[in-house]
Amino acid sequence: MIAVLELFLRLAAWLLLAPLLPGIINRVKSWVAGRRGPPVLQLYYDLARLWRKGIVLSTAVSPAHIAGPALAWVALVGAALLLPVGQAGATLSFRGDALLFVYLLAFARFCLALAALDTGSAFAGMGVAREVSYAVLAEAAIITALLTLCVQSNSVSLVTMLAPSAGAGAALLAAGLFGVLLAENCRVPFDDPNTHLELTMIHEAMVLDHSGPPLAAILHGAALKLLLFAVLLTEAVLPLGKLSLLPALAALAGSVLLVAVIAGLVESLMARLAFRRVPLLLTTAFVLCVFALLVAWKGGMP
Amino acid sequence: MISLLLIALPLLAAAAAFAWPGERTRPWFLPAAGGVHTALAFWLLANPPVLARDAWFGFDPLARAVLPMVSLLFLVCSIYGVSYLRLRSERKNRVFVTALLVMIGLLSLALQAQNLGLLWVAAEATTLVTVPLLHFNRTARAFEASWKYLLVGGTGIALSLLGSFCLGYASLHGGGNGDLAFTALVAQGASLTRPWLITAWVLLLAGYGTKMGLAPMHTWKPDAYGEAPGMVGALLAGGTTTMAFVAILRVKQVVDAAGAGDMTERTLLAFGLFSMVVAALFLLTTKDYKRMLAYSSVEHMGILAVGAALGGAGVWAALFHVWTNALTKGALFLSAGNLRRAAGAQTSDLVSGLAWRAPVSARIFVAGLFAVTACPPFGVFFSELKIILATFQMDNFFAATVFLGCLFFAFFGMGRLVFAIVDGRPRTANRPPGERIPEQPGVILPPLLFLGLSLWLGLAAPALLRAAWTAAAAQLPLPPP
Amino acid sequence: MSGAMNLLIGLAMGFSLVALASSRLPSVIRAAAFQGMILGVLPLLLEAKFHWLVVAVAIGTITVKGFVIPSLLRRALRAANIDREVEPLLGFVPSLLLGAAATVGAAALATVLPLRPEHARSLLVPGAFATVVCGFILLIARTKAISQVCGYLMLENGIYLFGLLLINSTPLLVEAGILLDLTVAVFVIGIIVDRIQREFDTLDTRKLNSLRE
Repeated sequence: MIAVLELFLRLAAWLLLAPLLPGIINRVKSWVAGRRGPPVLQLYYDLARLWRKGIVLSTAVSPAHIAGPALAWVALVGAALLLPVGQAGATLSFRGDALLFVYLLAFARFCLALAALDTGSAFAGMGVAREVSYAVLAEAAIITALLTLCVQSNSVSLVTMLAPSAGAGAALLAAGLFGVLLAENCRVPFDDPNTHLELTMIHEAMVLDHSGPPLAAILHGAALKLLLFAVLLTEAVLPLGKLSLLPALAALAGSVLLVAVIAGLVESLMARLAFRRVPLLLTTAFVLCVFALLVAWKGGMP
Repeated sequence: MISLLLIALPLLAAAAAFAWPGERTRPWFLPAAGGVHTALAFWLLANPPVLARDAWFGFDPLARAVLPMVSLLFLVCSIYGVSYLRLRSERKNRVFVTALLVMIGLLSLALQAQNLGLLWVAAEATTLVTVPLLHFNRTARAFEASWKYLLVGGTGIALSLLGSFCLGYASLHGGGNGDLAFTALVAQGASLTRPWLITAWVLLLAGYGTKMGLAPMHTWKPDAYGEAPGMVGALLAGGTTTMAFVAILRVKQVVDAAGAGDMTERTLLAFGLFSMVVAALFLLTTKDYKRMLAYSSVEHMGILAVGAALGGAGVWAALFHVWTNALTKGALFLSAGNLRRAAGAQTSDLVSGLAWRAPVSARIFVAGLFAVTACPPFGVFFSELKIILATFQMDNFFAATVFLGCLFFAFFGMGRLVFAIVDGRPRTANRPPGERIPEQPGVILPPLLFLGLSLWLGLAAPALLRAAWTAAAAQLPLPPP
Repeated sequence: MSGAMNLLIGLAMGFSLVALASSRLPSVIRAAAFQGMILGVLPLLLEAKFHWLVVAVAIGTITVKGFVIPSLLRRALRAANIDREVEPLLGFVPSLLLGAAATVGAAALATVLPLRPEHARSLLVPGAFATVVCGFILLIARTKAISQVCGYLMLENGIYLFGLLLINSTPLLVEAGILLDLTVAVFVIGIIVDRIQREFDTLDTRKLNSLRE
């Protein structure tokens, strides 16, 4: 009974807190620009509005167009349940769950890409091509980052991997993971979430043809993914497993907030990169993770 | 004391030449310094001094075996230089004369250095001081040649510094004190740490091999030799490369003493044969008779490396070959310089019939061709014969076959090009047909002198020199039978 | 002490990669300059006790590698009115990956080579080899003369890093020789750069191709 209750509590926390982060980022952006900006809870209103709306479907689409966003959302929620929170551990935990985590993220992307391609729209195809080609590079970095944590903690379970701090390579790992966070969540300097020109879109172009509840699932899933990466980054760097539950939760919340603020600042102060420069930045993130791996490996040797 | 004078005298002369006001009289510093330098070097050759154990530099057997040659080469080139600089009086010669004198001073230092660090400093300084010499003509092609020389040579010299440090660390790790003096390193022998020793050998061979012009690190050579004035080419091909060869021999001595003689011999043999093959291939295709000399130099550096790889008799023959090759190359470079001035171009596409236009220089060039491709009775024939005999002694028939094949192709390629420019209808890039070029004795006698020296070394190498080579070869341990 | 040193060496290694990934000449020069300054600080950390000679070497290195040479390069850049783009022969991503691979390789090589106990946990050896290789990549994979000079500078920085292993044992002559010769080398290269500029109106070494077979 307690276990079921806990599961629901965690699920509710993940689902309810996720849309907060984009709001915070937007708030930081408007603060830097000297605007009042949308309310922090804007995304909640948007989601509620979309949920009430009907679905407009093209005559060309198959059921995959609806199933894709739903499956992607479920996959992301599953990935969220794999992440541990301090000493409280994860809802689901077993040996090798780090691999499942990576696969779930990739599966979510696959579903979204499939749903977008299903419309047959040229813009969606272009957006998918771009998103997937960035993802290839970003995935290399995140896998290297997880490998670093594996080598460090000598395990392939997220609970033990994320418990200790990343040691000497923490700074490298944090920088690399932050790059991945920006790329995976389609933030500046990789993608501009505010663009209105289809030719320059990446993620937005992919979801152009969605509407109503599926679009709400996509937006909520994106927010969830941002929270997911912020938590992963924090736990990979800070030794939360050594703290008791309440301080750990406080530290986690503070750091996630910090990550959001930094992302907002980056978004305000940097311009979006030219397409041909993006691979270099992602390679840099990958190289940073490789060096974190190197440090972990060298540091682990007698 | 005299060995210090060998270094200091040219440097002082360089300072004096730099301060000297007279543009027309300044070139006389060259033969004056060269004459005294040669006299001192040969006096030391006849009366070898006793070397202090902890000396930074000194006239040891290896220096004794090659330094007089460099000195002689410089003297004859400097006699040529007086006439040459008079012909080129439109150029200021202050930097040129100074750089030449500094170069011979630094070469004397490098050849006598008894410490790897000092040797490196001298080699690096030689690289730098060569740049204004290559740059003398100030053409776009000369800029290109100096840029490539500096970049490739600079990288090579940087690698040799890294190699020197590795050798120092091998000593430090092996319980020594990291002293880079050759005597200390040889004395430490097998206690030098093996992996560091191998790293050091690879880096030093690559570094000094670049300076020497072994393939595949030879890429600067055709450009530099093609664009440099003839006498600078002669000094590079006979002086700087000799310095690099001696450096390799000295390092080989250390590595051999540490018990890695097999490795040094294998690598040197591989580099040597590869250089010969590369040079022979390029000699078959090149159309530029000054670049041809560069590839010939690459070939002869390969021969030196093969000789050094064979140990004992091979080293003796290689030292012999250092003399014969450098002096013969001197004749070729100086006469090629004359031909270049007479023709205004240096490829067989543009030039032919030089036998009619500049008869004496063309004849010297042809004679030099036969001398450098090892036709008897010139010195190169006998030194190469000794190296081939050494390969037979070692039962290395593969090396002997490649060696002889390369010599054949090199002869074929060089003969093809030389006769293409010497024979035929007179044709040049810069002069009306029918004009003969006046050939002053000042630019004819020095190459003739070189040819005579080459002939003399072939017919009757004096016992004193033979003894010097024997003493130097004895410094390097014989390979296991 | 060793922790701070390793951090600095790690930073220096990072700057070689930054130079490889930079698409603008001024940032390549800046990376080389920062690397040189870091190397200048290292001897101070290496020596346990304060010695004026070491301080002099450190100050000299920082001045030359961090200020004199970069300002010469910047002056060449300005005087010759060179386009600020780098123009790679090998793209930035492949260069960066190669550099990273070289760094990993250097670390692996350092575990193979035997080290004295006091150097065993130090990054000096991998740092030196990695910087040398990165400098070499920059040297051969860029067309502009200035970036080639920066590559050569990084090559030298790596060698200097290795020389620190021997700072206690080799006489200062070698050290002084390095400083002097390297300075002069870059200086001469700088002069030549200037000359090439006047001759070719550009600092593109691809135009240096009239000498070939």
